[in-house]
Amino acid sequence: MTYRLELNEASIAFGTTDVVKQVSLKLREGDIGCLLGPSGCGKTTLLRAIAGFEPLRQGSIALHGKVVCDTQRMIAPEQRRVGMVFQDFALFPHLSVAENIGFGLRGRTAQAKQTRIAELLTLVGLADSARQHPHQLSGGQQQRIALARAMAPRPEILLLDEPFSALDPELRGQLASEVRMLLKEDGITAILVTHDQTEAFTMADQIGVMNQGVLHQWDSGYNLYHHPATTFVADFVGRGALFAITVADRNSIDTPFGRLSGKLPNGSIPGTGLQLLIRPDDIHLTTKEGGITAQISERLFQGAEYLYTLQLESGDRFQCLAPSHQQHNIGDTVSLKLDIQDLVLFSDSGQALSFPGKP
Amino acid sequence: MPVLVVSSFALVPAGEVWRHLADTVLADYVGNTLLLMLEVSIGTLLIGVSTAWLTTMCRFPGRRVFEWALLLPMAMPAYIIAYTYTGMFDVAGPIQTALREWLGLRYGDYWFPDIRSLWGAGGMLSLTLYPYVYLLSRAAFLEQSVCVLEVSRSLGNGPWRTFFRVALPLARPAVVAGLSLALMETLADYGTVQYFGVGTFTTGIFRTWFGMDDSAAAAQLSTALLLFVFTLVLLERWSRRKMRYHHSSQRHQALPGFVLRGRQRFGAVLICSATLFLGFLLPAGQLLLWAIETREMINYEFLQLTLNTVGLAAGTALLALLLALLMGYGRRLSPDRRTVAAVRVAGMGYAVPGTVIAVGVMLPLAWIDNSIDGWLRARFGISSGLLLSGTLVALVFAYLVRFLAVSLQTVEAGLGKIKQSIDESARTLGASPGEVLKRVHLPMLKGSLLTALLLVFVDVMKELPATLVLRPFNFNTLAVRAFELASDERLRDSASAALTIVLAGIIPVILLSRSIRNSREKHDLPTGTE
Repeated sequence: MTYRLELNEASIAFGTTDVVKQVSLKLREGDIGCLLGPSGCGKTTLLRAIAGFEPLRQGSIALHGKVVCDTQRMIAPEQRRVGMVFQDFALFPHLSVAENIGFGLRGRTAQAKQTRIAELLTLVGLADSARQHPHQLSGGQQQRIALARAMAPRPEILLLDEPFSALDPELRGQLASEVRMLLKEDGITAILVTHDQTEAFTMADQIGVMNQGVLHQWDSGYNLYHHPATTFVADFVGRGALFAITVADRNSIDTPFGRLSGKLPNGSIPGTGLQLLIRPDDIHLTTKEGGITAQISERLFQGAEYLYTLQLESGDRFQCLAPSHQQHNIGDTVSLKLDIQDLVLFSDSGQALSFPGKP
Repeated sequence: MPVLVVSSFALVPAGEVWRHLADTVLADYVGNTLLLMLEVSIGTLLIGVSTAWLTTMCRFPGRRVFEWALLLPMAMPAYIIAYTYTGMFDVAGPIQTALREWLGLRYGDYWFPDIRSLWGAGGMLSLTLYPYVYLLSRAAFLEQSVCVLEVSRSLGNGPWRTFFRVALPLARPAVVAGLSLALMETLADYGTVQYFGVGTFTTGIFRTWFGMDDSAAAAQLSTALLLFVFTLVLLERWSRRKMRYHHSSQRHQALPGFVLRGRQRFGAVLICSATLFLGFLLPAGQLLLWAIETREMINYEFLQLTLNTVGLAAGTALLALLLALLMGYGRRLSPDRRTVAAVRVAGMGYAVPGTVIAVGVMLPLAWIDNSIDGWLRARFGISSGLLLSGTLVALVFAYLVRFLAVSLQTVEAGLGKIKQSIDESARTLGASPGEVLKRVHLPMLKGSLLTALLLVFVDVMKELPATLVLRPFNFNTLAVRAFELASDERLRDSASAALTIVLAGIIPVILLSRSIRNSREKHDLPTGTE
């Protein structure tokens, strides 16, 4: 099977330091991928390498099965047939909206151009603004024009560099799902760069979490949350706390919460020290007396829920969500119930231990 | 390059002439130059800062007009204002004649300030150079956060105390930068001081060059002058760097402005209109009268002169623009340290006085000419004459050295506004680098390119000292002709040439005030009304 985008051990260097280290990933036709990570993790650099603005030090990039960049040659950006939406939209200020969209349409009759422009204007819902200039539009409208301009020549792949960061926070969520619908409607393969996980979950089918140039995991949003590959992913995606535990026997571990049993991953040899990930939704507060207890040290009102920070007698702290109609005060001691499906365990190096039957 | 040539001559053992100079006039040159700088400093600061404060922070009738009209004296080269004032205030001029008739006195019976003196020169230069201080301090006042001024008012300081204790100290870096620009122009001035018979470095260079024929001594004088200039450049850079740290608050609001009443209002209008009157209206009006009086001077010769000047200016402007585009692009495409340094060095030319550039261009070119000539003569027995130094090539080259900075700055500012992502999005849409230039950059840069052309054009038209030294035999420009006629005491006859230069000089003033108004509109937009 050929993938629309294939990165093979791609490394990018600035001077002598590698800012992207041996990244491999594959994106299927029609899928939307996302590179997620804190600022400075190399995600934008990687996107620019796919577009053709940065050379590779090692590895290769292939679009639709054809290598566009490796250590030997580098095809110029204008010959790659990629579309790119920039963080600042980069609309041409001297051209009207229609002219902006038509910029990349070449080798077609004037008629065909007009048709395609009209099609895209309708698609992004701005058919009335064709003659306006970019500065007359609002931020959200400019964003949609930038998207239409990049989609117009039907690129092999659409690259979006933090496409929503220049917009108001209230607009972002709404636009992200709008854009996803537009891309899916046109069957466009796209890859998005962001540091905002909600945006990543809204937009993408496949998400790659990057840190310091390394791609930690390339997976679905569900798997990133429930089966993080490294402690970095566990920490970066969603909330959670890590606890030091010891393996007791083949199917139980000793934790600050007491002994827990369940299916253990490969390599959990009795007696070894590992780390356990607990998400706030793994823990429930109960009214039942006895069992595990903890003290409430902080409380944050979030509307439907309270986010409590709890402290065990051992001093370990963790967070827990509870419906906001159940009120507890700071200093109260509460009883807990753990509801864990898979025990997510990490070795000291931060790598997750894998379960039998899973890659 | 010419700067290097000139400085290298400083190392040549001092000749007889230099010793002679040092014994006799060098002290005078230094003294006069310093005094002149002091006068111009006081003059431009007083006029520039006060008018800037009044037009920015106070509300009085005519403020909107003064805002741009106060830039008009920039159009007036100092040497031209010098002729007109001399013509008016001379012993034989209309003012003194009228005074004599009115009071029934004869020449020698009364005291009248002599305009052709060091003080006169300082006054003339201040009247034409204050717009530098005005422009920069005005920009600084505009940028000052209203909050800071409001805090000062709320702490019980009145408008005057707020000005002296808050606004002025905050604007000081900008004021100093404007002042150093004005002083650079003062050092570069030749026409005014020559005409007024004040011995400074520039006139000294001319005299040693033409009168004593000692190129080494002229170059050494030039080096001494360059030291002054260099100090000023450093001062300007330093104060500009400081400017950045002087904004504690980011909030820009429409300035509230002090509404002036009664005597204050009258005073403000008087200060602004007197400045405008003395710096532009009076001399320009006088020139106009003279030009009409001597309209038979607008003949075939005048036409030829205008054609020469326009051709030369247009050619230089185009060349400068091309070079600036090349350099600007070089810097954009490969921003390594060497290109950046080269571009910065090229940008320094504007600070170097025309006289020094002339000397620096003349020396190496004459040497090249002589070598070619000598080689041809030895080899083929023919003489090539002067290929470079006596021709327009030398002149245009000198202009380029001096004015490249102007077009480079404008082009770079234009290019700087085009974000890298614009280039990149054009590339991903299938445009090759050449196409990006044609379809994106040129249309976006149109305004800046035109401005760069016009600015260099006008600067070349006004340029005097370098043209005097380097022009080919019998080749005249309007500036040279106006200067020659005025030096021959034919002030009236020079008026039409001078007026043409002034009219051309108004173009950049209009451009400047327009760009200021545009930036102000943006400034005012978010908060709406004043």
